Amino acid sequence: MAEITVREALHDALQEEMERDHKVCILGEDISDDAYGGTYSITSGLSKRFGLDRVLDTPIAEAGIVGMAVGGAMGGLRPIAELMTVNFSLLALDQIVNHAAKIYSMFGGQIKVPLVVRTPNGFGSLSATHSQNFDAYFSYVPGLKVVAPGTPYDAKGLLKNAIRDDDPVIFLEHTAVYRERGEVPEGDFLVPFGQAEVKREGRDVTIVAWSRMLAEAHKAADALESEGVSAEIVDLRTLRPLDTATIVSSVEKTTRAVVAGEDWRSCGMTAEIAATIAEGAFDFLDAPVRRVAMAEVPMPYAFNLEAAIIPTAAHIVEAVREVLR
Amino acid sequence: MQKDRLLELYRQMYLIRRFEEASAEAYFQAQIRGFCHLYVGEEAVAVGAIAALRDTDHIITHYRDHGHALARGMDPNAVMAELYGKATGSSLGHGGSMHLADTRRHVWGGWAIVGAHQLLATGMAWAAKQLQEDRVVCCFFGDGSTNQGEFFEALNMSALWKLPVVFVCENNEYGMGTHLRKATAVTDLYRKAEPYMPSKPVDGMDVLAMHDTVAEAAEYARAGGGPVFLEALCYRYRGHSTADPEIYRTEEDVKPWRERDPIEAFGQRLIAGNGIGDKDLALIRKRIDRQVDEAVTFAAESPQPPMESAYKYVYSTPVPDYDPADRPTGALPKAAAQR
Repeated sequence: MAEITVREALHDALQEEMERDHKVCILGEDISDDAYGGTYSITSGLSKRFGLDRVLDTPIAEAGIVGMAVGGAMGGLRPIAELMTVNFSLLALDQIVNHAAKIYSMFGGQIKVPLVVRTPNGFGSLSATHSQNFDAYFSYVPGLKVVAPGTPYDAKGLLKNAIRDDDPVIFLEHTAVYRERGEVPEGDFLVPFGQAEVKREGRDVTIVAWSRMLAEAHKAADALESEGVSAEIVDLRTLRPLDTATIVSSVEKTTRAVVAGEDWRSCGMTAEIAATIAEGAFDFLDAPVRRVAMAEVPMPYAFNLEAAIIPTAAHIVEAVREVLR
Repeated sequence: MQKDRLLELYRQMYLIRRFEEASAEAYFQAQIRGFCHLYVGEEAVAVGAIAALRDTDHIITHYRDHGHALARGMDPNAVMAELYGKATGSSLGHGGSMHLADTRRHVWGGWAIVGAHQLLATGMAWAAKQLQEDRVVCCFFGDGSTNQGEFFEALNMSALWKLPVVFVCENNEYGMGTHLRKATAVTDLYRKAEPYMPSKPVDGMDVLAMHDTVAEAAEYARAGGGPVFLEALCYRYRGHSTADPEIYRTEEDVKPWRERDPIEAFGQRLIAGNGIGDKDLALIRKRIDRQVDEAVTFAAESPQPPMESAYKYVYSTPVPDYDPADRPTGALPKAAAQR
């Protein structure tokens, strides 16, 4: 089986789905080969293959990009809107939250919105407005489906599933995850929504993670193993709808839980999962649930400050030691 | 225009007028709740414009949408039932007054975030062009929305890619209670679109002027010329919504517009020169009065939507192992609930 990066997996998913269905079109800033081929090179080569009509470079106008994509989906296309980073998605929140998420319900099932909004979380000496994580913002909204893959296999399978799905999907990529490598089989496969996966079996503690924090969880589990601690890793993959059953079952087995997210702690995704564990597995818990999350500050530029604020494997190890105490 | 088509325009305008009067009455009896924005006074805009389109052209409009829905031939029973929040409503009681749609008739809503749906129209026109459909999108919106950022994004993108949209701005002079003189630096609204596309004002109180202008615009857009912008000068006699006390204007302000009432004026014009008698018009009015009464009865007697309807339309592609049937008291995570 070939080992490829998440970046390549996403590119392949787009190419295969565009090959498969002429209604699949991509629009966004700097995505064609006439421009950047995508700021993170995900769409590289696609305009040469499918033409500039189906890989449409847009003005810098995020509400316009997503609004047009929603209208395009209503009109019979299956648009994929690329937003250069998740920070800019805030300019399109009206179209995502007030429109895409509501349409199927608001008109009594008459209008479907087969839309994918792809956008990366991330950071890297970019200061406050370019270093945010909005997992919880989108996962809060009924009507949206939200996915956040951490491996090449899941990235490809989830993106193909998102493109074929008839509902609006927020596809959260991550600039640090694009480089992740892993085995991906040849040929067509889908990863269904709403199904978490136990990525590593363990006995002593459950680490719930997704996106970039999945690799951090693996690093933490490796370190803990050398201390004699057996950690189980649950990769959420889909943030909405949340696979509560897999989370709860794992905690029932291990009786301890650390939730490792990258968004801010208060009202963040980790709060939702901690509440899920409290509601679903309270009687099984041998220690309070601990959360690892982004420190609650606007991101400073200075290298040392940024490094101290971002959650990493070391924080997970620390939290696991506490719940095992 | 032939006699039967002229009478049809009159019939549609009078239907909207009567429907709106009945809506207001039902609202004050608390049969209709929330917001209810009446189209009284603006009938010529929707009726003239929509008559100039093909039945397969898409219509997309703002929340003052009863007139456009009825002009495109949506069933008055289903529209009134939607206002009543009933299961027989055009959106099954999920949308209410502001969210009428009937995709079989190419009515794509009823949108309630000011300035946002011009982008949806742009996207629908993009789809029509990309899928090589011979179709124009006609997008109605109010003067207030021309001050939003999303509006200008739609102008730019539709013009950039020469998409087949006819933008019809219904300038009724007020964004809720604020006169446009207090809201915009450019009070001739058609001038806002002029740098991007052909743009001009049209008398929104004259159904034939609306028809002819939109016909010309639609032909231009259909032929690949790109979008067109029309500013329909009109006025709403009633408040912004039925809940509006109208402290911002006097009866004196409304009077000159009422004297140019689009239905009254068109009726007189028909009698004066088209071999149409007062009796013809009276017969139409009588039939419509009965039809609207029937719509009210239908809506009143229809059942409310069943509880499962609230959960049924959250997602169209079902999610495995996912039960959205939550209640405010909270549903336990499934694994726990099954123990």
